[in-house]
Order: sequence, then C-alpha cells, then structure tokens
Amino acid sequence: MLKWFGWAAALLLGGSVAALLARRSARAALALGSGTAVAACALGLAASVAALLRGTPESVTIPWSLPIGEIHLAVDPLASFFLLCIFVVSGLAALYGWGYLKTYAKRRSIASAVALFNLLVAAMALLVVARDGVLFLIAWEIMSLASFFLVTFEDDQEVARRAGMTYLIASHLGAACLFVLFVIFSAGTGSFDFDRFAAAGAPAGMAGVCFLLATLGFGTKAGFWPVHVWLPDAHPAAPSHVSALMSGVMIKMGIYGLLRALTFLGAPDAWWGTVLVLLGAVTGVGGVLHALAQHQLKRLLAYHSVENIGIIAIGVGLGILGQSCGAPAVSFLGYSGALLHVLNHGLFKGLLFQGAGAVILATGARDLDSLGGLYRRMPVTGTTFLVGSAAICGLPPLNGFVSELLIYLAAFLAASTLATPWAISAMIAVPALALIGGLAAACFAKAYGVMFLGQARTGATSRAHEVGVAMIGPMLLGALACLGIGIWSRGAVRLVAPAVTSISGAIPPAEALGALSGITSVAIAFAVILAAVAVIRLLLLRGREIRTESTWGCGYAAPTPRMQYTGASFAQPLLAPFGGVLDVQVRRSGPVGYFPREASFDEHTGDPAGERLLLPATRHLLGVLSHIKVIQQGRVQLYLAYILVTLIALLLWQLGAGPGR
Amino acid sequence: MVTNQLLHLALLLLAPPLFLGVIQRVKALVAGRRGPPLLQPYRDLARLLRKGAVYSRTTTWLFRAGPIVSLSAALCAGLLAPLHAGLAPLGFPGDVIAFASLLALARFATLLAALDTGSSFEGMGASREASFAALAEPALFLGLAIVCIPAGAPSFGAAWAVLPWETWGAAHPAMLAAAGALFLYLLAENARIPVDDPATHLELTMIHEVAVLDHGSVDLAYVLYGSAVKLFIVGALLVHLILPVPADGGWAGVAVLLAGQLLLAILVGGVESSMARLRLPRVPQFLIGASVLAVMGLVALFYRGQP
Repeated sequence: MLKWFGWAAALLLGGSVAALLARRSARAALALGSGTAVAACALGLAASVAALLRGTPESVTIPWSLPIGEIHLAVDPLASFFLLCIFVVSGLAALYGWGYLKTYAKRRSIASAVALFNLLVAAMALLVVARDGVLFLIAWEIMSLASFFLVTFEDDQEVARRAGMTYLIASHLGAACLFVLFVIFSAGTGSFDFDRFAAAGAPAGMAGVCFLLATLGFGTKAGFWPVHVWLPDAHPAAPSHVSALMSGVMIKMGIYGLLRALTFLGAPDAWWGTVLVLLGAVTGVGGVLHALAQHQLKRLLAYHSVENIGIIAIGVGLGILGQSCGAPAVSFLGYSGALLHVLNHGLFKGLLFQGAGAVILATGARDLDSLGGLYRRMPVTGTTFLVGSAAICGLPPLNGFVSELLIYLAAFLAASTLATPWAISAMIAVPALALIGGLAAACFAKAYGVMFLGQARTGATSRAHEVGVAMIGPMLLGALACLGIGIWSRGAVRLVAPAVTSISGAIPPAEALGALSGITSVAIAFAVILAAVAVIRLLLLRGREIRTESTWGCGYAAPTPRMQYTGASFAQPLLAPFGGVLDVQVRRSGPVGYFPREASFDEHTGDPAGERLLLPATRHLLGVLSHIKVIQQGRVQLYLAYILVTLIALLLWQLGAGPGR
Repeated sequence: MVTNQLLHLALLLLAPPLFLGVIQRVKALVAGRRGPPLLQPYRDLARLLRKGAVYSRTTTWLFRAGPIVSLSAALCAGLLAPLHAGLAPLGFPGDVIAFASLLALARFATLLAALDTGSSFEGMGASREASFAALAEPALFLGLAIVCIPAGAPSFGAAWAVLPWETWGAAHPAMLAAAGALFLYLLAENARIPVDDPATHLELTMIHEVAVLDHGSVDLAYVLYGSAVKLFIVGALLVHLILPVPADGGWAGVAVLLAGQLLLAILVGGVESSMARLRLPRVPQFLIGASVLAVMGLVALFYRGQP
C-alpha cells in the first residue's frame, strides 16, 4: 500500500512543479496542478480504503544521512483512516479549486496557489505516515508554511496579511510544544522513532506532562479553546477551496497528532479524558456561540470548525475515559464517534466552504446581511448547502447525526458504568452536546435563511447566477456522501473500527451495532413517512385552486426587502443571555424627533479568548522580556564582547568538564 | 406483538388532537365558559384539509416542504417513543437521541419555512423559536439522562423495562427532578404558557404561531397535527415516568396511557389558566431553570451511588 501512497505523493509534487513551470498560462497551470491533484487523490483514496479493509500494518525504513532521525514510514489503520479523510476532502477541494481559481486568473498569477495546494496535500499525507519525530516535524512545518502562503494568497489585502501572521505565530507556538514533547521522549530512548517511543513509554512521572504538551501543541493546530484564535481569521482569508481543505482536514491533523501521541504515551490516566471532555465542551459551546454572533459567512463557518473540533475532543476524551477505566465499549464508542466525526466534518465543512465560495463568487458579498433570496438564483448551491447545514447540525438522516449519536452513546454508557467521578465528567458531555446541537441549528437556520431564503437585499444579490459545473460537481458529491453515511452508517463505522482498534484495542460492542442498524431503519422509516405525507398533500390539493399572493404583512401593503429579519436580529435573543462571555459591542444611534433623518446600528463581536486572555498575557510577557533588551544596544563592539565572553565561558566549562571529553 | 404495533400506530395517528381539545376545554371551564367540543381539533383539521391553498410569491419549495418534513419527523419520532407498551416499533439502543434529533429536524424545517417567506414577523418568530429550543435542548437531554443512566443506555426500551415505582423507590428525588424538567420541557417545546401563548392574537408577542403565519390549508393542517403529535409523544414520556404502563402493552396499556395523557392535559390546562406568560427576556431563565432542576436530579442520582 505504501507504494501507492508514494505514487500519489509523487503525482502531487510533480503537478506542483509542473504548475509552477507553466505559470505563464493560468489554464495550463490549473489543468496540470489540479488535474494531477484530483488523480492523486483518487489513487490515494482507493489505496487507503484497500489498506483499511485489509488492516495489516505496513512499514518501511529508508536510511537517512542526516545525524538525527531516519525516514521511517508506516501505514496502520489509524493512518489509513486519516489518509482516507485527506484524500476525499482534498480531491473534492482540488476539483472545486479548478473552477474557482480561474476567477482569480485575471487579477493575479495563480500558479503558486495551485502548487502550494498540492504541496499541502502531500505534506499532510507524509505527516500521517511518518513514524519518526524529526520527519513528522518536517512534514508539520511544510504543512504549516504551505498553508500560511495560501492564507496570504491575496497579500495585497491587509486582512489576509494580518491573519497570516497570527496563524504563523500560533503554528510555531504549537510546534514548540511538539519539539519539547519529542525531545523528552528521545532523551529516554535515544531515538526519535515512534515505535521506540511506544516501547519505552513516557519517562516516569512525565506521562501527564507529555499529554498536556501534546494537547497544547496539537490543540493549537486543531483549534482548541483558547488557542483557536488564529482560526477564525485565517480560514476566511484563504481562497474558498483552501478554506475547505484547511477546515476540512488540515486542522484534523492536530487530532491525528493527539491520537498518534496516545499510542506512545503509554496507558492513559482517566483525568486525561476528563481534561479533553471539559476542553471539548468549552471549545464546542464557545465556538458555536461565536459563530452565531458572526456576520460574515466564512468567519461563521470557521467558528463552526472550532465547534466541531470541540465535539471531536469530547469523543476522544470519552474514548480515553473508557480505555483507562477498563470499559472497552465506552472507549470504542468515544473514539469511533470522534474519528467518524473527523470524516463527517471534512465532508460537510468542505461542502459548506465550497458553497460559501460559490455565493461570494456569484454576489461579491461576504456579509450575510447583504444577501437574501439566493435559492431562486442558485438552486444547486442552495440545495447542497442545505444538506451541509442539516448535516452539521447533527440532524437525521445525515452523517453528522451518526457520529454525534456514537458520542452520546459513549457518554451515557460511561455515566452509567464508570466510577462516580469519571461518570460525572462523562456526563458533562451530554448537556454540552445538546446545547451545541441546539445552538448550531439556530445558527444555520440564521445563515441559510438570511442567504438563500426570502428576498434579495441588494442589487448584486438579485443578479447572482449559478456557478459552473466544475464547482457544482464537488458540492453534489459532498452532499451525496453526507446522505450516504447518514443512511448506511454501518459501512462507515466498518471503515473506522480498525483505526479505533489500533488506538485502544477495543472492538465494536453490541451497543454500537444495534444503534447503527437502528439508524438505518429510522432513516428508511422517515423516508417512507415523508413520501406518504407528501403524496397525501399532493392528492388533497389536486384540482383545487392554488393562488400566489404577496407575503402576509399584517396589513402593511408595501413591504421592502430591507424590512426582512437580518442575521443580527435573528441571533440577538440567543446572544443576550450569553452577553457576559461574548464581548458584543453595539454602536447605535437611534432615530430622533418626529421626522428622523437617519439612524444606524452596528454590532461587532470580539473574541474574549484573544482579547481578554491571550493579548494581555502576551503584553505582560513582552513587558517582562523588555528587561532583557538592555543587552541589545546596536553597537558592534558590544556584540563582539558577547561573543568573546561566550567563548571564554564555553572554554571554562569544557575545562571544568574534565579530560574525559 | 403485531397487535401492539398496530395499536401503537393507531394511537399515534388518531389520539393526539384529542388532548388539544381537552386542554381547551379545561381552560374554558376554569374561565367559566362552556368551551368548544372535545373533538373540535379534529373538525378544524378536516376543514383545513378541504381548502385550496394560497402561497406567497417569495416562497420556494422549501416553504411547501416545511410542514411535510416537520410532520414526518414528528411521526417518525412517534415510532421511537413508547406509547402504550414498554417498547416502540422502531426502538433501538440510542433511540432517545434519535427521538430528540427528529424533533430538532422538525423544528429546523419549520424555521426554514418561516424564513422562506421573507416576512419580518416570521423571521422574528423563527428567531425566538430557535433561541428557546436551543436552550430547552439541554433540559430534555439531562432529564432523559436521569431516566436512562440507571438503565445503562440511552434507550426507552431499557429505561421503561423498569416499572416506575421500582425506579422511584430507588431514586425518588432524582425522578422527581426528571419529571419536573421534562414537564417544563413539554411546555416549552409545545409552545404552551408560560413560554408561549397559543391563543394570542398579536403577532409581535407570538413565538410559534407567528413562525407559521403564512401557512394555510393542508399545510396548516399538517402544522397543527404535527404539534398535536409532538405534545402527545413528549407527554407519553412523562406518562411512562409516572404511571405503571405495562411493558407488554395491550389494551391495559392503552387505558393507562390515555388516562395519563388526560391527566397531563388537565395539568397543562390548569397551568395555562392559572398563570400569565413570561416576558420574553425571562423565558431563557425559565429554560435554564429546567436544566438546573435536572442537574440537581443528577446530583441526587450520583450522590446515592449508581444503581
């Protein structure tokens, strides 16, 4: 199997180089780059499904001339599952990007974006198969840098540059934690090989510290609260197919890293699970509340990625709780729910970002409240976006429901079988997931309703038209996949099960299998009832008078589209009770007098995690560090003196170390 | 077995509107009026089903699909919730979550249909309904958790396999809290006083009613029937929690269920007659209060140690 992944990576890199060589012609660069990306993803997808079904791990080591590390690659079920996610989402995004990037071609050279996209996909694939700390970090850096340049693709815009810098800093703070983590392990084993890490286990007493380092390091990439602050800036700044890729799979590399770390941290402690459940609950609820407060579509979707990462973290936390307390059924349900949600979120978030790109392309508007009535103008985008919206809210019979059901099952089972303190911490997942589900439904009703339903609020929106086939195709495929997993959930879990077994050794329990066939029968029953109810309506209305009128305005005869409820007004009653945690700033000048001339309302919601927690902390740190600035005088003589002092100090230290050296 | 399933279907399809009639009758009696006949809701539905339709020019097929999806989801949820027996036709391990998600789907369809009209009144109704539903969701799950944790799985079949007096004997404060939380949820989810007033005539103060303002004819019949079904199936959960519904169902089960639903309808009517509706900013506090009640029940459950 590794051979096939190698070919896929070679194809991606070849396409990348070819796109750069053909940069004079946008059309050729796109065809070479995106074409090879689609082909490579199809190849990789087939290989990863085959690897998952066969289930036998495969490993290869290539000697490396560098002093540290070696090229140790391996495909186990966990890696195969993440490869599957990478190739599905990247394939759809590449196909979409083929159509989407064309629209940029008039304004700027797009070859670099095509090449970087391929590089990013290849780096993620390498990351997943790397079994050596150094190689892993190299792939991690390539991934971070490729995505940094994609975020700053529109570098003539200040927003994109700022978002890119925030992202770059956040990535490297996360990577610093990973450096420390790997160094701690290699100090014990004398190697950076993950297999040797696993054989040796964490150094005595350090397992908890290593877990926290992994959570912080990988959590920064994944978007755990409060280190998610880079995410809502970076995802909207990138071109939409890149947002789909970043939100759909790249942040999941953080989840992959955490799971991979769990395979070599040794037997987990139960409190790790509690930490992740709590962190996931805060991340999920915080993410969806912020999403509700957003007025820009892509920013809203980015905050929903934070929310879904929270759901995944809850699942992983429950998996750890089950694993450490000797409850394999809880462990399987938690991990499988989390992993399936990784795939599901990749599918529907990819779809939603692609839909957002189509809307931005068709209307030129990023602000929700200037849209409206788009369903009539863009029926296919509207329908697929609807499927994605329902799926992300965890509604049956779509895929989001399946993974959330598995996580709920894990939480309920843990609450009734584990020892009391752990049962209570598992119980926290239940109201958190319920609140997340309810808020997400409100948020997507708002976003979908304001964008696609009602009447157009501006002229640009009323002239919008459907996007081309290259962009519609991937959205349709994504929507079909969401429906397919929602109905045939058993098949999806069969793909996940080997990966779960490779983390915790748990096998599918009876509860999971019963629940999955239950989901399918509910989906079938729902379809039958739906058809019956629809046919009855059709038969009843046949031959009767059906008129069209204007919407009932309670007697007001001349309503205008501007009178429609906006996204801001829709979200207000929900945001009001959470005002304390959200930082909503409102600027309003109300109408004055009997014949008011003008009135305005402006609302902005900040992110307290960044503005009240991270920024003050950074300022404090800078204040402390400014004392060190004394040694920075800008005079060459002084720097030469530093070098001299350092040399003498080293010499003395070497002498002191004795003749043995 | 087959009789039980047929009885379940018959109850689900035929019984729900009756209890809307009971609530109306109770309210009328308390107010000193005679009130409409008990079967009035059936007549209303029959009348609506005979009408021709009027649609807004702004709407798309989503508006027409709204009532269809929301009624189908409510009926499908009705196949998961046990009515007169301990097990529903489609019951499976995890059916509690599917039940709640189907109710959420019904609501999502209603919200989108409301927003499809482009009316600010319906937008307002949708916004309020979405907000209050989101805050009510934790109360439902926490209340059901109290019932399901002793059973070991989020499934009605497992939870109702234990007769209520046995569960109450083991953990009565927790069960009391669960019943309280679920009753408050029932009032909120079905747009009853003190969260919403189904009899209000002013659009600005409505919640659920204003979100379905533009529906008429068959669509409105579906909407009304769907809310009756929702009241009936959420009510059935409470009946199972309080009354000894025989696990093997049969006619005895039907009798217990209908008696329980009757009591519940009288209770709801009593609440509606005895108090005013809350001001809108107070509703979130009411809903969060329901969750807090359920959390207290959970604390009681864990304090006693798990069964």
